[in-house]
Amino acid sequence: MLNSSLDNREKERRLFLSRMTASFIFIALLMLVLVGRLFYLQVVQNEHHEARSQTNRLEVLPIPPIRGLIYDRYGELLARNEPSHTLSIVVERSGDLDALVRELGDLVELSEDQVSRFFDRVRGYRRPFEPIPLKVRLSEIEVARVSANRIFLEGVQVDAELIRQYPFGEEFAHALGFVGRINQEELRDLDVGAYAGTRFIGKEGVERQYEDSLLGEPGFQRVETNARGRIIRIIEKQAPKPGSNLHLYLDQELQKIAYDLLGDQRGSIVAIEPETGGILAMVSNPGFDPNLYVSGFPTEIYNALRDSPDNPFLNRAIRGQYPAASTIKPFLGLAGVDQGFVTWDHTIIDRGYYQLPTDDRIYNDWKRGGHGRVNLRRAVAESCDTYFYKLAYDMKLEAIHDIYDQFGFGKNTTADVYNPFTGINPSREWKQDRHGFSWYAGDTINLSIGQGYMLATPMQLAIATSVLANRGRWVTPRLLMHSNDESLLEKIPEPPPDVHLNNDSNWDRMHSAMQDVVQGTRGTARASGLGATYDYAGKSGTAQVIRIERDENGDPVGDVPEQFRDHAWFMGFAPLEDPKIAVAVLVENGGSGSGVAGPMTRSLFDFYLNRELEQ
Amino acid sequence: MNFTEYVRQLPQGSMDRRLSVWTRLHLDPYLFAALLAVALGGMVVLYSATSGDMGAVYRQAIRFGIGFAAMIVIAQFDPRWFQQWGGTVYLIGILLLVAVIVSGAQAMGAQRWLQIPGLFRFQPSELMKLAMPVMLSWYISRYGLPPRYRDLLVSALLLFVPVALIIQQPDLGTSLLIASSGLFVIFLAGLSWKLIVSFSAIAISMVPVLWIWVMRDYQRQRVLTLFDPNVDPLGAGWNIIQSMTAIGSGGLNGKGYMLGTQSQLDFLPESHTDFIIAVLGEEFGFVGAVVLIALYAVIILRGMLIAIRGRDNFCRLLAGSLTLTFFIYVFVNVGMVSGILPVVGVPLPLVSYGGTSIVTLLAGFGMLMSISTHQRN
Repeated sequence: MLNSSLDNREKERRLFLSRMTASFIFIALLMLVLVGRLFYLQVVQNEHHEARSQTNRLEVLPIPPIRGLIYDRYGELLARNEPSHTLSIVVERSGDLDALVRELGDLVELSEDQVSRFFDRVRGYRRPFEPIPLKVRLSEIEVARVSANRIFLEGVQVDAELIRQYPFGEEFAHALGFVGRINQEELRDLDVGAYAGTRFIGKEGVERQYEDSLLGEPGFQRVETNARGRIIRIIEKQAPKPGSNLHLYLDQELQKIAYDLLGDQRGSIVAIEPETGGILAMVSNPGFDPNLYVSGFPTEIYNALRDSPDNPFLNRAIRGQYPAASTIKPFLGLAGVDQGFVTWDHTIIDRGYYQLPTDDRIYNDWKRGGHGRVNLRRAVAESCDTYFYKLAYDMKLEAIHDIYDQFGFGKNTTADVYNPFTGINPSREWKQDRHGFSWYAGDTINLSIGQGYMLATPMQLAIATSVLANRGRWVTPRLLMHSNDESLLEKIPEPPPDVHLNNDSNWDRMHSAMQDVVQGTRGTARASGLGATYDYAGKSGTAQVIRIERDENGDPVGDVPEQFRDHAWFMGFAPLEDPKIAVAVLVENGGSGSGVAGPMTRSLFDFYLNRELEQ
Repeated sequence: MNFTEYVRQLPQGSMDRRLSVWTRLHLDPYLFAALLAVALGGMVVLYSATSGDMGAVYRQAIRFGIGFAAMIVIAQFDPRWFQQWGGTVYLIGILLLVAVIVSGAQAMGAQRWLQIPGLFRFQPSELMKLAMPVMLSWYISRYGLPPRYRDLLVSALLLFVPVALIIQQPDLGTSLLIASSGLFVIFLAGLSWKLIVSFSAIAISMVPVLWIWVMRDYQRQRVLTLFDPNVDPLGAGWNIIQSMTAIGSGGLNGKGYMLGTQSQLDFLPESHTDFIIAVLGEEFGFVGAVVLIALYAVIILRGMLIAIRGRDNFCRLLAGSLTLTFFIYVFVNVGMVSGILPVVGVPLPLVSYGGTSIVTLLAGFGMLMSISTHQRN
């Protein structure tokens, strides 16, 4: 019994020992597996994991560049960057969104519009953890209030950034254009690298035209972040390259005068320095506050502007196309006399109408009863239609089209005006293409007084006036005077070929004829030229919108609804001998060119030339 | 007669009785030294894993204090005591596990703790970690080795009930450890290889059953992400990708103490609890990780030696089961953090922050020391 018990115990001990041996082998093998696994991860795969841990912690963050500034010719700042605080919410980090927005409403002023647009963006397409702006341009007090309550506002952040600001607002809205938030469509063909960290892009005008130069180049910082994306430290930093500053030919004071002259009338004024081709003023009225584009238009203001019959978003200076009317006459007359169709002494007797030799159709002069005996000089001064009807009939379309073309009508000759319309300088082919009819002699007659198919923008007329003032010498019309990026000036294209006359004295004689318009005894705009301390030249134009009943002076009879009233034109340059400024003024439905647009031109000259004298 | 002579005499006297100081203190020096080394080294790593939170290290030190005290106290008891009280403690453990489920149901949700009002929260499953091997070792050793079929059936039942209760909590890690401790007793008792093979075959064929009816979604997800963490890199796969990156980027010598970017910048989740070995691997490299594993190997070898030298079947089975279970702790934790086992929530023994597991583990080592130092009746 004892023996067997001892035997048993020995057996049990051996059994246990064998099991422990098996366990030992088992454990030793598994330990080797663990060590082998660690060896594999830490030694064999070390580089892979090392790289992985680096990309984990290191992040490259873009630093947006500072947008280039825009100055006028005297260094007045037209577009600047000012710091702005934006209140936004990271939806993923916030709790009850409605409660949070209500809470924020106690701290900052929130309009219903801002709240509803915020929720639209929350519900719309967005990237996760993207801060959704609730309000831009917080006041300093609001920034302080939000910061003080920050710990209670989970997911709320206030970011400072530089945003565009246009100190002169409406006056320059069309000339400078504006920047706005990059939209989905723009995002598609954008160089994402160049716009890293940048939320705005030039949408119109100079801002759009010179977008690439104004933008600058983004910098970056390589930062170490923790798992929640908070920056622990900055490892490497490359500063952004700020955008180029632009100095434009625009003259802020002149622009303001031009803007004020138009007042509440729809229209446009363009002024050019003939010597340089520099655009001194480029006004389209009504304007709008471009700053609203930057901060985001409140819906009701945007809708009101969009639906306004005055069409404030239309840049009339370059995209408003109007019949050039009588302002075209000096160009036609110049060609006619230089090419020998008439002489300066040649006269006709105007009885108030013109009849084509082959047709019964009668073309009336604006003055019932006619101007009597007129030569070219008087025809210009008094804007005698009949004289130019006959001249045009004699010259035929091709010669007319050619001279208009030489002065830049029907095409874009500007270097850096964004997206202009070209107007229409009609030809036989053009009419055939466009209307499917052949060219009639009557069309040529209409062309002589800038009506019919011909359309021009105020910019085109100002340019043509400038070339006329320059005695045919073309300088590429431009906005950019200089920039710290010198390559920009090299990109200004060559101008069209100069206008050459057979007899150069014709320039002076046409200038004199145009001086008669404002300073002669019978000039159409002599009232506006009274008392000028300098000699200048001009030409009025009254573009028919619709055929209406007129009295013997061509003025409408009775009360004409505003939208049917004539467009008032005036073009001119001053001083006569050494032109410093060429101007085109258009007042939509303004009525008489000499009566409405003429005085505006005079005021501009007075300001511009007298200020020059003061300096 | 002076003081120096007295000091000299003491070792001679103990030599005479062939009992070292350690034996009289009922402590095992090798085990003690290795445990202390892991504990101290673990706190050094913990300081880094908590990004320098001294408070956490103090709290961990207090747990070690309690744990070592428990170990020393338990080591003073003769293994007979465990035999006598094992069944009672096991029964109490079962009752408490039921209580957890009942109170959990009242609280409308799963829970693992039992709140003793005004006192402390207690995890009955920790008690079961010790009660299970004691209970089974006692039960099987009563009838001699190898166990008969009837004993096996009863053992299986004793094993199944608490494990099933703990899986319900749900606590996969703990139930796995408790199940292993019981299975190891049965294995060491001499369960025939034939049966082992057939049970394994049945177990493997049960996998689909487990997958479909027993496992919860999060457990399935963990298994799936084990095979390919990139299935869900920001969700369930995140932990494992980050821990592998941490360990792997440590290289041979590590990035330096407190300089692990994965752990210090919070990419590594649960860096101070279950995933703490990733901090060690990242900051001390392959060398540091192997040193820790070597220390664990010393503990395990010593435990196996104690088991083999055990004075009777109960002592051998208990010591063997405790030691092998400790190994399972190490293997499952390191295996899951290094990406070869699914994440089941097993802490790295004596290093991971917190919980009652430190106290339970050290209490278990107290039993080992008791077995090692109470050789004669």
